[in-house]
Amino acid sequence: MKTSAARRVFVVCNTVLLLVVAVICIAPFVNLLAISFSDKVSVAAGDVTFYPIGFTTVAYEFITNTAKFTQSLVVSFERVALGVPVNLLLIVLTAYPLSKSVREFHARHIFSWFFVVTILFNAGLIPTYMVVRYTGLIDSIWSLVLPTSVPVFSVLVAMNFMRSLPKEMEEAAYIDGANHVQTLVRVILPVSAPTIATVTLFSFVAHWNSWFDGMIYMNKIEHYPLQTYLHTVVVNPAEFLRANTDLTGNLAKYLTLISHRTTGAAQMFLAMIPVLVVYPYLQKYFTTGLVMGSVKG
Amino acid sequence: MLSLRQRTKLLRELPLYVMLIPAVVLVIIYSYGPMAGVAIAFQKFVPARGFFGDQDWVGWANFRTLFAMPNIWPVIRNTVLIAFSKMVGGVVVPVTFALLLNEITNITSKRMFQTLVYLPNFLSWVIMAGIFIDILSPSQGLVNTLLGKVGVEPLFFLGNPSLFPATMVITDIWKGFGFGTIIYLAALTSIDPALYESAVIDGANRWQQTLYITLPGIMGIIVLMSVLSLANILNGGFDQIYNMYSPVVYSTGDILDTFVYRLGIEQAQYSLSTAAGLFKSGVSLLFIVASYHLADRYAGYRVF
Repeated sequence: MKTSAARRVFVVCNTVLLLVVAVICIAPFVNLLAISFSDKVSVAAGDVTFYPIGFTTVAYEFITNTAKFTQSLVVSFERVALGVPVNLLLIVLTAYPLSKSVREFHARHIFSWFFVVTILFNAGLIPTYMVVRYTGLIDSIWSLVLPTSVPVFSVLVAMNFMRSLPKEMEEAAYIDGANHVQTLVRVILPVSAPTIATVTLFSFVAHWNSWFDGMIYMNKIEHYPLQTYLHTVVVNPAEFLRANTDLTGNLAKYLTLISHRTTGAAQMFLAMIPVLVVYPYLQKYFTTGLVMGSVKG
Repeated sequence: MLSLRQRTKLLRELPLYVMLIPAVVLVIIYSYGPMAGVAIAFQKFVPARGFFGDQDWVGWANFRTLFAMPNIWPVIRNTVLIAFSKMVGGVVVPVTFALLLNEITNITSKRMFQTLVYLPNFLSWVIMAGIFIDILSPSQGLVNTLLGKVGVEPLFFLGNPSLFPATMVITDIWKGFGFGTIIYLAALTSIDPALYESAVIDGANRWQQTLYITLPGIMGIIVLMSVLSLANILNGGFDQIYNMYSPVVYSTGDILDTFVYRLGIEQAQYSLSTAAGLFKSGVSLLFIVASYHLADRYAGYRVF
């Protein structure tokens, strides 16, 4: 096909437009990174755009030496280490029975509705808070794990995947005398790697990014997970520096070199790193996972 | 008495029930428990008397108080306005970029664009708010610095009530459009190339091809995504707005969820807050059921 002049103009404009949009999407992150590595005077003057001015790592040194940041990081790791396996176990244990046909599992519809109702109707903030409070989870790491322990959407994704597997596999296992537990562990799970990867990533990102539950269920700041702690930094930037005035020795030296903007940027960037690390896998599994989830059985 | 056949069948199904026990118990406590707890909306709730304690029932009194509050209607209006703008933008923008991206033939550039625009999806609103507050700052932020270079006076995006809702809508689309773009791009690639070939033979130009082949080809998924987003009609976006708003922009930026939060957690008005939350959940339920029904009817989509 011959390319007309109009077509060439369109291709050029289109390429330029998409380039501009790509730059707009990435610019704030580059700006953030540049600010975190710049000296406080250049940042305050508004000189820092896309590369550091007066390169320094002092903001990072300051953060890694403050108890609040490191404490909340530990809480976040703890939360992920407990929350993701709990999610995964419950997803698998729930998706497998629900993936059976009504003939194989007579109560399938009742249980499906039992779980789906929780997506349809949200009880709201206060009743949920009260349940967490009356079950004694306030200020406990389990308040961040148990209320979200059964992610129903992920259960549906995993269930739909298991339903799409050839029936012959399970039938062969049944004929060989395998019970349900053996079928699940030895036949279904090994071929479910893609869906397991998808729901693990869902669960990891959800746990890593959650901040609101930490804010309402934790009374003590030292129990805040990273994102909840960062929320306090975002809404009240100056507080971070003030609250850390108990730093001894090098404090005066630090305060002349850092501002709430440089330390804020450095903390945001550090909190992004785990997501950046899993991002290639997210790209690979997230969309396919959602597409699998929407295939009807 | 069960027959032998029935008994073996039940015995065979028994492990399936056992597997469900942990999830069922947790869902009963942490999902159905709060659902029972919406009773608080109809009580004069005193926390010290306990969740199942002897509370005074007041009927619809909390709802009457709630809807007599002077700021409830602006809050509902703000919520619907922001949520609806996000819904429209959340379909139009990704569809546009999917169409534009589809015209790019170089696979590497296509991939790179997707990689760049998809990333913000996975970052929390806390981090995104931290970044936006910084770059939108009127005195030192990147956006106003760049605007200043072309002679525009600094704009107070997060402190001016007439700019705040638009800022919320745009930053929300900024964060989320990569995901939609990828969904629509996937739908575009599944269109039969033979359709384009025959259109070219019939003398259709690129624009006509887009209008008569491409758009109809992805209409199914557009309808599906739009219909499913109806469920969000009262979701103004708590995580985003709570991290970026301030009392100066309450007049246009306060939404139901932030209102429920301040009423319940900050002012400890448990019954009123629960009533407001229940109002939201009730309306949302209607929209969710309607949207699933429409999605099933017009796009053949079923949740399970």
